[in-house]
Amino acid sequence: MTTTTSTRPRGMHGGTVAVAGAAETTEIGKRPDTSVLGLHIEAARNALADAGLTPADVDGVATAGPSPIDVAHHVGVTPRWLDGTAVGGCSFLSHVRHAAAAITAGAAEVVLITHGESGRSQVGLPGRARSASSPPGQFEWPYGAIAPYMKFTVPALRFLHERGMGREDLAQVVVAQREWAAKNPRALRQDLVGVEDVLAAPMIAYPFSKDMCCPVTDGGGALILTSAERAADLRRPPVYLLGSGESAESTLVSQMSDPGSFGASRRASSEAFATAGLSQGDIDHLMIYDAFAHLPLYGLEDTGFVGHGESGAFIADGHTRPGGRLPVNTNGGGLNYTHTGMYGMFAMQEAIRQLRGEADAQVPGVRTSFVHGYGLFFSAATSLVFANERP
Amino acid sequence: MNTTTAGAAKPFAHAPEPTPETLPFWEGARAGELRIQRCRSCARHYFDPRPHCRHCASADTEWTRVSGRARLVSYIINHRPAPGFRDYSPVIAMVQLDEGPTLMSNIVGVEPLPENLPLDLRLEVRFEERGEAVLPVFAPAAPDTDEPNAAAVTTGSEETRQVTA
Ligand SMILES: [Zn+2]
Repeated sequence: MTTTTSTRPRGMHGGTVAVAGAAETTEIGKRPDTSVLGLHIEAARNALADAGLTPADVDGVATAGPSPIDVAHHVGVTPRWLDGTAVGGCSFLSHVRHAAAAITAGAAEVVLITHGESGRSQVGLPGRARSASSPPGQFEWPYGAIAPYMKFTVPALRFLHERGMGREDLAQVVVAQREWAAKNPRALRQDLVGVEDVLAAPMIAYPFSKDMCCPVTDGGGALILTSAERAADLRRPPVYLLGSGESAESTLVSQMSDPGSFGASRRASSEAFATAGLSQGDIDHLMIYDAFAHLPLYGLEDTGFVGHGESGAFIADGHTRPGGRLPVNTNGGGLNYTHTGMYGMFAMQEAIRQLRGEADAQVPGVRTSFVHGYGLFFSAATSLVFANERP
Repeated sequence: MNTTTAGAAKPFAHAPEPTPETLPFWEGARAGELRIQRCRSCARHYFDPRPHCRHCASADTEWTRVSGRARLVSYIINHRPAPGFRDYSPVIAMVQLDEGPTLMSNIVGVEPLPENLPLDLRLEVRFEERGEAVLPVFAPAAPDTDEPNAAAVTTGSEETRQVTA
């Protein structure tokens, strides 16, 4: 292993650690042929092939859903570092942050992070972790707040009400992101729509119509992280981790400290910018976890890309669309591209494609990408700053 | 106050399973009282249940009966209820008690339409039987009553008739 003589700050951020391999499962959407664990294995093998590595090169494994023990065993890794952090859809973003710390500390050299879910086909599910005695089991499920569209959506009316916004602002999110999806052959929903179409779609949970809710799909993805020095010797252009942050509030949506703004998002994004030494104006490309159409609105404001109450107009004015000054959710987002259940891995995959210059809806000249993920509805949040050059 | 057993109680698949820390909340519901923890050190109420104060971490806390008065913070009207929930209100809501804490609950006693559910609507607690469970739920407050109507206990099927009438 080479040592660096650079004068840049030591630590897990600033480009010390890089993504050396990244891939999704070969097909996404409908995979009744493959179990959850099978999707993890397929994604892992695709990411290893992308990096030009084999399971024998990997010494760390992180995942959420199945145990990292199962993933290590079935991929063929003998681990000396494991991370089973399971905080919902942003778990895989947190794994990146944790892996960077481990690699920097010498606790692992090459970390495999896997995601796979059979959200649509329900094949080989790893089992439900919570019971009727858990906080949600006692204080949310008895009221019918069980599935994501019944829980994650509940605070949205307050957000809109506080800002003088409405259902049209939710619809504009879908309209804007569908323009990106139309450029992505792998996206499930590719048809362009207008605001009236989205508003008139069948109601799922007022104020959310069907188009404002993500589909439920099968698929997976994986990343290979290692030191920037090791990554420089591998076959793909490294994507560097410049900054990261994570936080949490409660597994009960009702216990958000402010239903109109997610504290964990504010803290995670603030730390990610601080550790990267960058501000919002330095970011070329943004991915915001969007299981539902209110999340890009919350996300734009809570990560500081726009001010309080400005998110709706920012999207309606076209700034996040193709040709806009801040491209957002360029794979179409979870709303249109795919959403297996814990979407965060796919948000990172698109950021990495954009930074490598190989996205289907490639934005010219992307040098930095900010990825913001939510976990277990409004329970947890993680932010990452990636770049294709070391600062 | 005892709960009524009017109406055939159907099995309820999502009955809460109390833990030692939450049992007073659920025993209160069964007795027709909304019981919330209050800190003696900082004099604030807090939720969800735990042995120490959420605000100041003091262990000097007590269970108190609260007024049952609340306001509507946010909600959805669920058009695709989970299995077993068709008999119950589709309004899944965050409600803030006058004493401060916010709870997830259902809004009953009103036709589930947006025009009937303006944010900040004044609410009062009711208690609804679902199978063997008794849950605190909330209804629009009667404008001329200052006292909480904690004695009102209804069954899910009765509420359903009101809600879908
Ligand atoms: Zn206190």
